[in-house]
Amino acid sequence: MRAIVRGGVFVVVFMTLPLFGFEHWVLNLLIFTLMYAAMSSAWNLVGGFAGYPSLGHAAFFGLGAYFIGLWFQHHDVTTGYEPFLILPLAGLVAAAVGAPIAYVAMRTRADVFAIVTITLLFVAQTLAFNLDGVTGGAQGLAMPTPPFELARFEWPFYYAMLWILLTSMLITYLSMRSKVGMSLDAVRADEDKALGVGVHVTGVKVLSFSVSVALVAMAGGVWAYYESFIYPQFAIDPIITIGMVLMTFLGGRGTLWGPVIGAFILVPGQQYLAYRLGGSQFYLIAYAGVFLLIMLLMPRGILPTIADRMRRRRAVAASSGPDATDGASPPSAGGGGGGAGVPVPSGGAA
Amino acid sequence: MTALLEVTSAQKAFGGVRAVDDCSLTVEEGSITALIGPNGSGKTTLFNLITGYLKADGGQFRFRGQDVTGSDPGHLYRRGLTRTFQQARVFPHMSVTENLVVAGGYRWRDLVLPRVSGHDRHRAAELLEEFRMTHVADLLASELSYGQRKLLEFAAVLMSKPRLVLLDEPTAGVNPIMIDTMERHVRERNSAGVTFLVVEHDMQFVMRLCDPVVVLNNGKEIYAGSPADVQQNPLVLDAYLGT
Repeated sequence: MRAIVRGGVFVVVFMTLPLFGFEHWVLNLLIFTLMYAAMSSAWNLVGGFAGYPSLGHAAFFGLGAYFIGLWFQHHDVTTGYEPFLILPLAGLVAAAVGAPIAYVAMRTRADVFAIVTITLLFVAQTLAFNLDGVTGGAQGLAMPTPPFELARFEWPFYYAMLWILLTSMLITYLSMRSKVGMSLDAVRADEDKALGVGVHVTGVKVLSFSVSVALVAMAGGVWAYYESFIYPQFAIDPIITIGMVLMTFLGGRGTLWGPVIGAFILVPGQQYLAYRLGGSQFYLIAYAGVFLLIMLLMPRGILPTIADRMRRRRAVAASSGPDATDGASPPSAGGGGGGAGVPVPSGGAA
Repeated sequence: MTALLEVTSAQKAFGGVRAVDDCSLTVEEGSITALIGPNGSGKTTLFNLITGYLKADGGQFRFRGQDVTGSDPGHLYRRGLTRTFQQARVFPHMSVTENLVVAGGYRWRDLVLPRVSGHDRHRAAELLEEFRMTHVADLLASELSYGQRKLLEFAAVLMSKPRLVLLDEPTAGVNPIMIDTMERHVRERNSAGVTFLVVEHDMQFVMRLCDPVVVLNNGKEIYAGSPADVQQNPLVLDAYLGT
């Protein structure tokens, strides 16, 4: 119930935000914040829940961008809203490409998987540079300027990014509450054991990867249209992958709100530092400093650390209360010794 | 009695080491069969072959009358062949109840169901009651003692109503009272129709509980018989004590 209220407030606030007449640069910042929130939330499905740290998601960001870019090679812009309507198609294509890749790549684990997927990223970037006939190569790919009135130019992009974020969060929420989420938890904790108790290990892994890259591809499509120009080095950029990973780690892997919080800290933070420290690359050092500081204090991310502290405080409160039950007692320390505590009293009662 | 599991000439080599070498074994329906042998005799490898964690180099595996050679562990689990691990593998960040529910052997279309449905909760509660673990139902599995984790792992594989349970050293590292508890649960489940194949080093536990006892040495079955016979058999004594 509280989750629904929290979600409702979030939706209402962000649905009405553009109505307050912010300046263009604020809306621009919000669009990028929402974009990274959406992509981190999507990355979290596979990187957080399934425990497979993909570094190749930017390849699918680029896939979505080029999907929209190539669509404009065959269509003229009329109302300007068509690219948004075909976004789900970009997602489907990314899912269809992602599924077989996931099937193969996810036979490897953890660090090897990260290397395999980062290879995928560079393969995609090399392809984008060299398939001149399709992508325009290093020259880039131009799209028509969206014919939106200047005062509300950012609105469609803002709402499109918001829609992708909300879709991603809804998918996350529903999977956490269903057996999909439980299966993913089991895969992350101990994949071999999960296989042995009948969890559809390969199925849920491939499913989570496909859904995740579909969402990222849709964000890439909106981004391309917003920029109205695609260069391979920006569309398929390791920085995009790193952004998703850092924001998810910062906010908390495997949580609903963690990636969103991470994005809302890091994207504006990065912009602010870039503004304060000027055009040099010093802001990246400051950015890394902020990240390291938080990771030093909260190595598991913001939300899990807070949740853990609350859980511990509640456990202390419960065990010091008048009607403390043995269920709330702190975990027994010793292996064999602790085990004896359980069956003896109940065995006597039987 | 009919054969529930039949292994015929199973082979598995790791490089030059023939861990399981032309091994045949039969587990009768309704039995508690023990699998014993000195260290390195191939017990764990054979377990991994039977449960699909390793692919055999050769041989045939039949379960419930059907050829299941090459099946993966998930497929076998849903057909009723389950196992526990030597190290008590549970999912540490899930609650005790969730550890049971996740092992329910769900079909694809069940994935959309709630994480822990009312029906799941009910079934988990029944098992926890049977294992006298009701009071820890909402604790995280990481908060349990090692012995309790062993019980939890055992209880979890029962969620799928298995026909055959393979226990890998159920008493290793747990205290004597927990060993009695484990023995009682195996007996209760066995009389309810579940067949067991047990790898165990605690010979008193084996001799009390199991019949027949199968002895492996150098990857082969060297003897199978009642516990009393096994203790007298010169081949077995030779394998354990050496010459």
